Amino acid sequence: MIDSTFINKCKNIFGAENVLTDKAELITYSYDATPGIPREIPGVVVFPENTKQIQELIFLARQTKTPIYPRGAGTCLSGGPVPLSKGVVVSFQKMNKILEIDADNLTATVQPGVIISDLNAAVSKFGLIYPPDPGSMATATVGGSVAENSGGLRGLKYGVTKHYIMGMEVVMPTGEIFRFGGKTVKNVTAYDFTNLFVGSEGTLGIITEIICKLIPAPKYRKAMIAFFEKLEDAGKTVTDIVRAHVIPATLEIMDKVTIQTVENYAKVGLPTDVEALLLIEVDGMGKDSVEWEAEKCIEVIGKNNGKYKIAETDAERDALWAARRAALPALAQVKPSTILEDATVPRTKIVDMLISIQNIAKKYNLLIGTFGHAGDGNLHPTILIDPTNKDEMERLHKAVDEIFESALSLGGTLSGEHGIGIAKLKYLKNEIGRSGVETMRRIKQALDPDNILNPGKLVPMED
Amino acid sequence: MTTSVFDNIDALKKELLRCMKCGNCMAACPIYNIEKKESSVARGKIALGEIALSSEDIKIDDETLVKLLFNCLVCKSCMMACPSQVRFDRIILGLRAAIAKKKGIPFVKKAIFGMLKNPELFDKGMKAFAVMQGLFLKEQQEKRRTPKGFMKTLGKRFDENFVIPELSKESFRDKVSEVITVKYSKCKALFFTGCSVNYLFPEVGEDLIYVLQKNNVSIVTPKRQNCCGMPVMVHGDIDTARELARKNIDVFEQSDCDYIITVCGSCGSALKTEYPIILEGDSNYEEKAKKWAEKTYDISTFLLKVINFEPPKGKLNLKVTYHDSCHLKKSMKVFAEPREIIKKIPGVTLLEMKKPDACCGSGGSYHLTHPETSLKIASSKAEDIKSTTAQAVCTGCPACMMELFESLHRANAQCDVIHTISLLSKSYKEEEKGNV
Ligand SMILES: Cc1cc2nc3c(=O)[nH]c(=O)nc-3n(C[C@H](O)[C@H](O)[C@H](O)COP(=O)(O)OP(=O)(O)OC[C@H]3O[C@@H](n4cnc5c(N)ncnc54)[C@H](O)[C@@H]3O)c2cc1C
Ligand code: SF4
Ligand code: SF4
Repeated sequence: MIDSTFINKCKNIFGAENVLTDKAELITYSYDATPGIPREIPGVVVFPENTKQIQELIFLARQTKTPIYPRGAGTCLSGGPVPLSKGVVVSFQKMNKILEIDADNLTATVQPGVIISDLNAAVSKFGLIYPPDPGSMATATVGGSVAENSGGLRGLKYGVTKHYIMGMEVVMPTGEIFRFGGKTVKNVTAYDFTNLFVGSEGTLGIITEIICKLIPAPKYRKAMIAFFEKLEDAGKTVTDIVRAHVIPATLEIMDKVTIQTVENYAKVGLPTDVEALLLIEVDGMGKDSVEWEAEKCIEVIGKNNGKYKIAETDAERDALWAARRAALPALAQVKPSTILEDATVPRTKIVDMLISIQNIAKKYNLLIGTFGHAGDGNLHPTILIDPTNKDEMERLHKAVDEIFESALSLGGTLSGEHGIGIAKLKYLKNEIGRSGVETMRRIKQALDPDNILNPGKLVPMED
Repeated sequence: MTTSVFDNIDALKKELLRCMKCGNCMAACPIYNIEKKESSVARGKIALGEIALSSEDIKIDDETLVKLLFNCLVCKSCMMACPSQVRFDRIILGLRAAIAKKKGIPFVKKAIFGMLKNPELFDKGMKAFAVMQGLFLKEQQEKRRTPKGFMKTLGKRFDENFVIPELSKESFRDKVSEVITVKYSKCKALFFTGCSVNYLFPEVGEDLIYVLQKNNVSIVTPKRQNCCGMPVMVHGDIDTARELARKNIDVFEQSDCDYIITVCGSCGSALKTEYPIILEGDSNYEEKAKKWAEKTYDISTFLLKVINFEPPKGKLNLKVTYHDSCHLKKSMKVFAEPREIIKKIPGVTLLEMKKPDACCGSGGSYHLTHPETSLKIASSKAEDIKSTTAQAVCTGCPACMMELFESLHRANAQCDVIHTISLLSKSYKEEEKGNV
């Protein structure tokens, strides 16, 4: 494991200034953003600046059977970067260069530590965007979001991270450097490795370079907010908008608990007597088509007994968005701790899921505010708790179990975007079954025979 | 005062609990931005606090832990980005107080100033430094000083590019009359000068008095006022901070003034936000602290919102940019008012820089104890200022003025540093000269 020889070798590879060994420093790498999971203090933290160093680290780790834990910004919500069996944390914070922006091929090539919003700021100079926009984009890294296949607010229309990754360089757990994909739109050479490594949660290889796909920034947009006295009406609006062949960039929902909490906290002028609100934004390249889409949405809202407000100016748009942005902060105010889940169901089942969450909240006497990306069925039931209250914690665990159960029974999934990591490992079999788990183990063993790469995450190695 | 984070570990732990480790603060923290280490930012420091206070894994006086907890500008930028409203200012000061309580103030001083090459000299140096610095910015910065002799031995900061403004010997409060009554007095305001204006920037104080007189405000500048206490508070010396706060409040109580005016973000923030926090539960002073906190105004807010001042008519012909002092914006929430004032001055164009509220890198003694990080923060600020092509950078805090003065010099920028109140005073003076 990690002794002074190991540390000295790390210092040789990375340079002493890029190796942390003091206990106090190491403690700050024992967590990510996931509440209620175990923490562990790593044996050493290293900051690579190039691929070669990572390859050398892998050789060293294989010899000594030392686990390696890649870490981007540590904003993961499922425990991905937590060094469960001590070992080495590899922080990508200093491997953060944008290597190339190729505006004609609509690609950007980046190192894994680039922060998502920095990439967007850089490509915006060319009138382009990198669409995946997780709520954490001001801090999360491209590498971390590729490893998690992160989604975001624009998922419905623009898709998620996996739709924007064209190729990668990966250092395999056996030490080979492997490049695949590229700048071509079409590429069917070999297996589709991109889709294997996107969402692999740092368990199959260390991503050292990423080719991202860019798209032209939409020129026009229109935002509106709609209020409903019945949950069913809000749900029907979501499906009817899509049925009317409008795909909004954003189609967000907030339930009553969330609305009331937001209004209480941010005083943004929301009606507190409604059951749900939808925040809708349509965008596109043509003014007319955006107007047409907005009108269609308004029609659908009206038919479903909703009241709406439309933003005419940028300031008004910001005001509407302020309500959505305040959702998590406002809920976080109520109790010392918040558990943010991301159970996801088919779009048509949103109302059933919301009702089932409300029932679970009642049954276990918990405060749950739900908001989320209604357009893609990705809800964030946010459970407000006091971790020092033992009884409440027990009820919480039971409630979480039931939330997953009902998501699965509605044909949904355990995680829409936050990943399995440690947090949802025990539920995995419920969704993909024995054969699924076996298949994952076989893939993991084939690529990482020593089980040194992010062990204990995503793949349950024993029952 | 048993319920405050400075006296009660459980209260401090409760504050720590509010942090959900989301990491949003990483985008806002100037130190993290440079160092890229978890321990640089609020989240890491909170995690250290949690473990040190509730497990045996590490002790609160662990040498590295102490160093890491002092690697913070207390600039509150993280608080602006925090979705959980974590009160990081209380947390960091509470943790530092806990260290000081366990090990004593000399230990803390040694731990942080030990980073300087020569700690004994440092103490002497700081005194000499303070005396030396008396005079600032004769507007055109005709004179500057660079370190000589023993100062060079004090550490990295004091290289050949270090500059401080030219100095004077007499302090501001020695010069000014304690009570200045105007003829048609609208109200009576107490001027809390703070140490920087008193010793380093007496001109700023003079400009303030001049502007207030012009606007028919009577001014009391009590000679007995003390340091606001921020410099000792950030080192964990909560007892001294409290003593200074009480003494100052006594002075306020005796003054018979309607308002307190500050021209320093840190002093203003101490009076307005910190005093009520550190005196929480003090049966004699809690209410008084709250009362005076409400009466405390930064000069820009006072001019605009309290007395509805008469804007000057003198023309200046100047392109300026405005730097938001962290404590002024993030603690006192003053950022719109100075800009509004600047825009009211004839002939002045306000050119906003890229991130006007990014920290200047000063952080009180931080720029001495952590020169490398601080210089990097300062240099990116200087570059942002330079690219506006402004002829002067305006700000509302003398500590920032010092830092900007040095970093602009290091960046070879032709740009003056001026307090907002001095800019205003210049315009009034031009008006008197008939230059309208
Ligand atoms: C406030 C908040 C809002 C969020 N909003 C969203 C959202 O809207 N949508 C969403 O999908 N997620 C969201 N998340 C979750 C999280 O931010 C994302 O999963 C994010 O992309 C993780 O990026 P990171 O850089 O922090 O990665 P980390 O948390 O550091 O790591 C994530 C995983 O990636 C692995 N990893 C990191 N770098 C590499 C690499 N170079 N090679 C191989 N593996 C690597 C790690 O081992 C770990 O398993 C949110 C989180 C927070 C705290
Ligand atoms: S107070 Fe400033 S320096 Fe300290 S952690 Fe917060 S943002 Fe960083
Ligand atoms: S932003 Fe606030 S809640 Fe989030 S990690 Fe930082 S201090 Fe904690």
